[in-house]
Amino acid sequence: MARELVGINAHPEASTDGYEVVHSKSEVFYPVYERKTDLKHQTHYCAGCGHGVVHKLIAEAIEELGLQDRTILVSPVGCSVFAYYYFDVGNVQVAHGRAPAAATGLHRACPDKVVIAYQGDGDLAAIGTAEIIHAANRGEKIAVFFVNNAIYGMTGGQMAPTTLVDQKSTTSPWGRRPVNEGFPLHMAEMLSSLQAPVYIERVALSDNKNIMKARRAVRKALELQRDGAGFSFVEILSPCPTIWGKDPVEAKRWVAEKMIPNFPLEVFRDHKIELPTNNAPPHKTVAELIEGKREEAAAPAPASAHHYRELGIKIAGFGGQGVLLLGQLLAEMGMREGLEVSWLPSYGPEMRSGSAHCQVWLSKEKIGSPLVSHPQVLVAMNEMSLRKFASEVAPGGIILYGRDQLPEDFTISQAQVVCIPASEIADRLGSAKVGNVVMVGALLEATECLHTTTAMKVLEAKVKNANLLELDRQALEAGRIYIDHHVAVGAVAQADGFTQ
Amino acid sequence: MGQARGNITIDIEECKGCGLCVECCPPKCLELAPELSRYGAHPARYSGEGCTGCGICFYCCPEPGAIIVYRLAPLKAVAAQGGDHATAL
Repeated sequence: MARELVGINAHPEASTDGYEVVHSKSEVFYPVYERKTDLKHQTHYCAGCGHGVVHKLIAEAIEELGLQDRTILVSPVGCSVFAYYYFDVGNVQVAHGRAPAAATGLHRACPDKVVIAYQGDGDLAAIGTAEIIHAANRGEKIAVFFVNNAIYGMTGGQMAPTTLVDQKSTTSPWGRRPVNEGFPLHMAEMLSSLQAPVYIERVALSDNKNIMKARRAVRKALELQRDGAGFSFVEILSPCPTIWGKDPVEAKRWVAEKMIPNFPLEVFRDHKIELPTNNAPPHKTVAELIEGKREEAAAPAPASAHHYRELGIKIAGFGGQGVLLLGQLLAEMGMREGLEVSWLPSYGPEMRSGSAHCQVWLSKEKIGSPLVSHPQVLVAMNEMSLRKFASEVAPGGIILYGRDQLPEDFTISQAQVVCIPASEIADRLGSAKVGNVVMVGALLEATECLHTTTAMKVLEAKVKNANLLELDRQALEAGRIYIDHHVAVGAVAQADGFTQ
Repeated sequence: MGQARGNITIDIEECKGCGLCVECCPPKCLELAPELSRYGAHPARYSGEGCTGCGICFYCCPEPGAIIVYRLAPLKAVAAQGGDHATAL
C-alpha cells in the first residue's frame, strides 16, 4: 500500500531557507473554508477546474489594488455558487442569472464599492441573458467575470447557450446541431455592440501565456471599477475536465484547440466613453415639476410635524371608484408636506369594472420598497376589497370601509374598523364620483396623517373645473365631518361597525 | 553546488493532483508523487532542482493556496538576516 503523505510536499533537499515568498495564497481568501466538515483548505471544485484559477486571479487583483474592504462579490448559481465561502470580501449570492441586476442595485446603493458579478455561461448567457444585456446597456459600474466552459457543469453537462457546434452534451447527445439548437452565443461580441461598456475582453485559460493575459484582464477590469469608469466584462474560456470527460491537461488543450477558434480572444472594447455627465438630481423637486409653483413647494411643512415615522396605506375598490387617484392624492399631499412618498398602483387586467388597488407610503425617511405588505391604514371601498385585504392590516391599524356597515359575517380583531357610507354621502352632494374624496376627508380626520389644507391645494392644482373643485371641497369636508360627528374621537368601532 | 533561483512547496492538503502545474512548468521541475495523499490523489511535488521561481505553476494551479513559490532573496536582505548563502560567499 502506498505511503500516505501529510503536510507540505517540499523536496527534502530543497530547503526554503534563504528564499523569499513570491507567490502564495492571497489574503483575500479566507484562511479556512468553513463549508465542508473536512478538507477545509480545499475549494469544492474538481481537479483542474478553471474556476479556481479565475478565483485566484480575482483575489490577487483585489489584494494588489487594495480593494478588499471595498469589494462586494455577487456569487451566481452554478458551480461557483460557493464563491462566498472563499472570498473574504462583502458577499451576496443571488438567484440564477440575476447577478448583474443585484450588482446594479448594490453599486447604486453603495457607489464607493467595487462590485463584481461572477457568472458562468448557463447563468449569464441562458437564464440571465436579459440581466446582463441591460446592465451592460446601462453602463452599470460593475465588473462581470464570465466563466465560459461551454456546458452546464453543476447540473451534470446539459447543453449551454455557449456549447460548440457538434459538441455532445446530455441534452445534445448527437452533438449540437445548429438546425435544431442554434449556434453558440458569443456574449462578448453581443455586448460589444452596445455603446455603454468601457471594457470587454475575452481571454482563455488555455496555456501559460493566455493565463497571464487573463490575469492582466481581470486586474484591468477591477482597476476600472476602482476608478468608477463603467461597465467591464471579461469572458474567460475555462476548462471543465469532469463534464468534458477529459483529464485536466487534455481539457486545457481542448480550450486552446476547440474553444478559442470558436470564441476568438480579443479586446472588443477598451475606451472611455463620454456619457452626458448629468448624474446630479434634477434641479426641480418632483413637487415643483408637477405643479410648477416654486414658492409653495419651497416651504413644505416640516416633516417632524407628522406623528409617524412611516405610514403604509392600501386603497382598494372597484375600478372607476377613483381608487388609484385617491392614492395619488395622498402621495402628492405627502410630497407637499416634505415627506418621502411612493405610490404603487396595481396594474391588473381589470383597469375598468374590476378590482383595483394601490399602495402608498408616507415616510420621513427614504423608502426602500413601494410595496405595502402590512398597511397601517386600509381604505376598502367595497366589500370584496375589505374581505381581500383586511387580514393584511398591521395590528393596531385602521380600516376605513366605504359602506355604512360591515357585512354580517365579517369580523376582524387586529384592527379598528370605521364605516363611512362614502358613495351615499357623495351622492347627496350631487355626484357619486366624489366618493373617493369623501374617503380622503374621512381618512385625514381619522388618522391625522396629513393636513386637509394640503388636500385642497392638491385638488386645486389637479381639478380645473371650478364646479367640480367646489364639489371636491364639500366632499372632503363631508368626510371629515362624518368622522367628527358620527365616530367619537378615541372611540373604537366594533366589528359590526357600530361605534360606542 | 549553486542554489536554484527558485523554490516551491506544495500543500498536500490542497493539491488535488490535477497535474496542470507539472504540465505548465517551463523548466519541467515538477512531478506527481507516486504516493497517494490521504484522500487519494497523487499530489504534485518539486523534483528538487531547476526551479526558476517564475511562478507560472502558481497561476496554472486552481487551488488558492496549494503552491507557494519562492525566489532566492536579494543578497543584502539575506545578509541582514544572517542568511546561509550570504555567509557562504
